[in-house]
Order: sequence, then structure tokens, then C-alpha cells
Amino acid sequence: MANYPLSGYRVVDFSWVWAGPLLGELLADMGAEVIKVETNKRLDSARLTPGRSTVGPETDFVFHSINRNKLGITVDMLDPRGLALIKELIQISDVALDNFSPKGLKKLGLEYAELSKVNPQLVAISLPAAGQYGPLYDIVTYAPSLGALCGYSSLIGYPGERVLGEQTPYLDVTSAIHGAFAVLSALYYRERTGKGQYIDMAQIEVGASVIGEAFMEYFLTGRVLGTVGNRSPTMAPHNNYRCQGEDRWVSIAVDTEEEWRGFCDAMGNPPWVKERRFSDKFNRQRNLEELDRLISAWTLGYSNYEVTDVLQRAGIAAAPCLDLTERFSDPHFAARETHLQVEHPATGVDIIAGIPFKLSATPGEVRRPAPMLGQHNDYVFRELLGRSDSEIAQLIEEKVIN
Amino acid sequence: MAEQALSGLKIVEYGNFISAAYCTKLMADLGAEVIKIEEPGSGDESRRHGPFLNDEPHPEKSGLFLYLNTNKLGITLNVETKTGQKILKQLLKDADVFVENNPPKKMADLGLDYASLKEVNPRLIVTSITPYGQTGPYKDYKGHSLNTAGLGGQTMRTGEPEREPLAPPLSQSNYQSGAMAATATMGAIFARRSTGEGQHVDISEAEVWATIHLGHGVHLGVFEGRKSIRSGHRTISVYPWCILPCKDGYMCLIAIQGFQWKRFLEAMGTPEWMPDPRFRDRIMVALEHADEMDAMVEALIIGKTKDELFEICRRDQITFAPVRGIDEVAHDSHFAEREYFVEKDRAKTGVLKYPGAPYKLSQTPWQFNRPAPLLGEHNEEIYCGRLGYSREDLVKLRKGGII
Repeated sequence: MANYPLSGYRVVDFSWVWAGPLLGELLADMGAEVIKVETNKRLDSARLTPGRSTVGPETDFVFHSINRNKLGITVDMLDPRGLALIKELIQISDVALDNFSPKGLKKLGLEYAELSKVNPQLVAISLPAAGQYGPLYDIVTYAPSLGALCGYSSLIGYPGERVLGEQTPYLDVTSAIHGAFAVLSALYYRERTGKGQYIDMAQIEVGASVIGEAFMEYFLTGRVLGTVGNRSPTMAPHNNYRCQGEDRWVSIAVDTEEEWRGFCDAMGNPPWVKERRFSDKFNRQRNLEELDRLISAWTLGYSNYEVTDVLQRAGIAAAPCLDLTERFSDPHFAARETHLQVEHPATGVDIIAGIPFKLSATPGEVRRPAPMLGQHNDYVFRELLGRSDSEIAQLIEEKVIN
Repeated sequence: MAEQALSGLKIVEYGNFISAAYCTKLMADLGAEVIKIEEPGSGDESRRHGPFLNDEPHPEKSGLFLYLNTNKLGITLNVETKTGQKILKQLLKDADVFVENNPPKKMADLGLDYASLKEVNPRLIVTSITPYGQTGPYKDYKGHSLNTAGLGGQTMRTGEPEREPLAPPLSQSNYQSGAMAATATMGAIFARRSTGEGQHVDISEAEVWATIHLGHGVHLGVFEGRKSIRSGHRTISVYPWCILPCKDGYMCLIAIQGFQWKRFLEAMGTPEWMPDPRFRDRIMVALEHADEMDAMVEALIIGKTKDELFEICRRDQITFAPVRGIDEVAHDSHFAEREYFVEKDRAKTGVLKYPGAPYKLSQTPWQFNRPAPLLGEHNEEIYCGRLGYSREDLVKLRKGGII
């Protein structure tokens, strides 16, 4: 067996949609055996994203990307026999992962107090919106609500203008990464002490943690940061500039005065760069709008890759703003295998996200595509839990395994 | 001090600004010992970034530095000198993890690339966080959070369609790569349990965006011609999925299920336009009638405060939420009951509030044991106490500009 960081660890993944499955993905990419628990009675909505040109629960590319490397079983946990099977599985597992609401978790009988009875060494994590307690604990949210409740969305918008807010599942992913770190830390403790534990993670608290700077500003100065756009308090210029082509942009960030001189050289020193209003960082900060307009007049003459190339040669931080297909064809991402093409029995070939970290000695890899519904029922119920063919047939017949 | 999840792990950080510091903060807050190395004299760039206490620029009063360096020990060391490199290697002999976020070329020039460090300590895990990664054509490119968010794809999703796209605020790329680095470093620690050896952890900031954040939709771009869409304060996938003004700020309105939308309209007094067939298909509304609908919905909520609207939403289980300002979150009862914000006293700044635990571990909670170090605060403790230098050595090193 190949050696992965988490070879030999087993994770029961009750989560669905986005944040939880991505946490599971990170553990699976590191080699843990992650068993995704599903039910045909209520499909993971990520299997059926509206608007896909393909049909059915086995062909959703996004689902395939976020659930690669996992095994899949289908079991009805609302049936006591289903729950009993799951608890048996918990007994021989290391980690349990869910993103149910606290009430939902309890209703299913999967709260830590219950799971730790069958496996005291279990590390379990729940990542609902607001955590297991507190006035908002039972709030029903979608991804954008998280950004709204933790202050993150209040920062999104053009400087001083109305709030546009975060509409993407940005904080779900952020939570997944932080959650994986917390799980591995708890496992590290268990390896030393034999003690399992429960991790209560509120996604809105993770959201607040990545904008710690804004809270510090409030605590240190009493000032409430609002919409900040692309501005930086220490760099000017610092923005995205329009380039040749339809909706093409390049990001440029100039930090030091030496970089500013290099930037002016790279633009061919147009007369305006000598003007007093741009003579140093403070003047440039004061005249940002005019500065951005003049820089755009230059960038418009080139492609975003051309501007990047010219500026990077001059030692200036610049990069194109890339869309989906541009990222796929970008030579740097291609060289690093940032995207992978893997075979999937239902779709042929999927393009999926590559491994988000590179470990030199034990690289993660995509060992298997995302599971089809119930694809590993046989492995889990027969091999791991020791059920006989006839027992399994009966469980299927009675829709416990479904 | 109570045993924590990462107690016993020894980490040395040679980083600047956010990504490496956030990575080691996550680890220090769960009990790892982190020795942070700063440039003698100037210290970490985040000391000059602010926000500053009472807006007075001072290297010991920068909020960003204070936030990112909780629970760490701080020493100064000029790693660009031969003596500095020798001392760093002494420190690394006994360390589990070395976290850095310098340009790959700089580390190679200093003789601190992974191959060299492996000779010093084969069990050492070296975690490098860079804008683009250790390999590939852009590895020596410069990049700030703005640039890597652009390359990685996050930027093209935010902003008005006709205006410049917006990168995520406050150096988010650095936080994402820092958190990913902490996770991947833990993976390397688990690998070491079976292999007995360290390894090089290569985290590319642009790649964190392009994979776990945004790699899942690339298939749709390549095979179905989908594009990243930025549509201002709303999305074009379904209505409502938007941010609209109310009496005292903004509300985030999102309803994926039809009943959630219906419940809201009923709570708002069932407006007469509700049965209009043009507004029945919410996907069509998002595509064709969004401006018109925005105006009508705004009229329903503009007379009500965020709290009034939120109360109705909580009562009727409607999935809308107030857009909280930073001050409101700082005083929010939910965050308060969970004791998210924590106070700590520190020399030069006095008692301050800080954002606290992103997660609650039942057995080994997140702790705030010591505030961010003063510049060189632990020089004597580390150099004399750990590495066996005498006080006289320390004076010499100081005079030589090494510490």
C-alpha cells in the first residue's frame, strides 16, 4: 500500500453540499479512508446542481471534484437498524464529520455524547453556521448569510460605496480548511493520550478570524472598516486594470519606491509619472482615482499576460485575473497539475481540482473518482461490518441500505 | 499550563507579513511552541502595517502584528549573515517544523533550501508558503494577495459587471494559504510518524484559490463554456440571492427553496404583485426582472431595521440575515455568549480585545496564554537558555547586527 500521511485512518463523513465535503476531501487527499454516508431518500444537493446540462445524480462534475477519493454508502439513518450499522462503523473509525444543524444532529442521534459511547477515542467535528450553542445556534443559512453575520460581507464593495457582499461559498471553503486543521490537531492529541474529543466549529467564527485585522482596527481605533474595494493601506497603485480583449484584467501591486520607479520604466515613463501628485506613496494614495485612470490607459494597449510579463521582468507584482477556462490553460497551473483529468464511470473524463498542497515525500493524489450512490455498500457492510450476503440482501429489501 | 492538542511540537517561523504568521498562529493557539524570527531593528512588516493603537504608528502597536502573533516567542536574527544562518540551523536541529514564506530564490541563495535543511535535521518538516509555489514558470514572480487572488480566480467572481473585478479584502489569499499550510503541515507530521522523516510542504497561494476554492467549476468552463460571473450585489442564478438596503444598513436575502421566499413575502404583508405570473419563476426573475424586483423588495424592507427584519426571519425560519458591520459583530450577543472575543494585557498596548477561537476543542481548548512578543523579547531565553550562548556572546551578536 502506498504511504500517505493519513494511511490507516478512517473517517465517517455525514456532511453534504459544500463545507463538510471539502473538509472530507482534504482528509481523503491525504490518504484517509473517507466513507461518505448518503441516502437515496434525500440526495446530496451537490449531486443535482440546477442548470447542469447533464442529468441524474451521477454526472455532476462539481460533486465529482469535491468528493473524489471518498467511498460512498447509502443507508437510512432514520431507521434504527440503519443507525445501528452506522454506530458499528463509528466503532471502527477515527473521525466523524458533519455539517448538520445542531437540532438535526440530535434528531439523528449522532451527537458526540452518543457517538463517544461506542468509541471514546473518536474525534468528531460539526461545522454548522453558528456552532452548537449561543442565541443563533439554530439559524438556517446559506453561504452568503455566513458572510453577512460575521462582518465579512460588510467589507465587500467599491471603496466607500454600497455593500455588494459575498455571494460565493467563500467561507464554506475557509471553514473546511480550518476544520481539517482542527481535526488533525485533535488526532495528534489522541495519538499521545488516547483521548478523543469533540470540535464545535461555528462557520461565522472562522469567518471572523480571517478578517481579524478589521476587528483589531475597531478595538484599537474605534473605526469601523467598511467597503474597501481593491485598496491597500500601504500600496499604491494596488488595483485590477482593464486590458485588451473582452472583460480582461490584470492585477498590479506596487509596494516600494524602487518598485514605483521600475513600474514607470516599464510603462516607458509617460510624462504624468513625474507629476508631483504621484511623487511618493502618500501622494499616490491621495490621487488614486486619477492614478488608476492613467494606468488603465496604458494597460488597455496590451493583453493581461503581456502586462504581467513586462511588469514581472521589472520586479513588479502583477498577474492576470483569470476565468475558468483561462486557469485551465495557464502554463503555470498546467506545469503544477493544478487541475486534473480523471476518469469517472458515469461521465468518461472529468476535469477536477488538483491537490491543494504539495508534500514532497508523501504527495496526495487522486486514487479514485467520487463514489456513485452506494458504490461501496458491499465493502463497508460485508467486509468492514461482517454482514453476510443474505443479511445485506434483507437490509436492501427493507430499504435500510438504500 | 494545561496540555493542549499540539503541546510538544516545536516550530520555528521565518516569515514576513501574514501567511506564515497565520499558519503558525493557528498552531501556537493550539499549544505548539512557536519561535518567531524577525529582522533585527525593523521586525516583521506587519509591525508597520497597522492599524495602530489610537492611530499612532509604532512597531509595538500594530493590530495586524498583535493579532497574528499570539502565543509565540519572538527573537531577532539576521538570517542574511553567515552567523545568522548558523544560529538558525542550530535552532532547527531540535525543531519539528520550519515555516517560511520567502521567495524560493532567496532561500536557495541563503543556503536554506529544503535539501540543505534536510541535512541539518532529516526529521524537520519545512513548510514554504509562496505566492505561486516552489515549481512552475511563475515560481520567481512577485505576488501579493491581490495578484494571487486574481490568478487563482477568486477576483473574477466579485464586483459590478462593467467595472473592475474585486479581489477579496484584507489579504485573504494570505489567510487561505496560511490555513492550508497549517493543515498540510499536520499531514506531514502524521506522515513522519510512519516514515520517520520530514519533508517539504509546498503551498502556492494562487493554487489554493485555483483548487479547493475554485477548481471544482473548471470542468464547466472547459466543456460547457461557463464563465465566472460577477453581478454586483446579487447573483443571476435565482431570486432572491442579493444584498439590499434596509433602514439602517443592508440585508442579505437568499432563498433557494420557494417556500422560504413565500414565507418572507407573507411576513411582509403579502404585496399585491406577489401573484404576478412574471414573478413566479424565480430563475427568470433573476435573469430578466431583477432590477424591478429589487425596487419592490427594497420598498418592503426600507422602513425596517436589520434587527426588526432579522427577528421576523428568525421567527418564521426565513433564511435571510443582516449584514453586520464590524462593530456590530464585536458586540453581538451570539459571539459574546460563545466568548469569541477575548481580552489580553500586554506591555506597550495595555488590555486589548482580540478575535479568538475559530473552533472549540472540548478536551484541549484554544488558549490565549501570551500576547504577541515585543521585538526580540525572548532573545535571552532562546539564545542563552536554549542554545547555550553567554550574555557576552549576546552583546557581541547585537553589536554585529546579528540579533
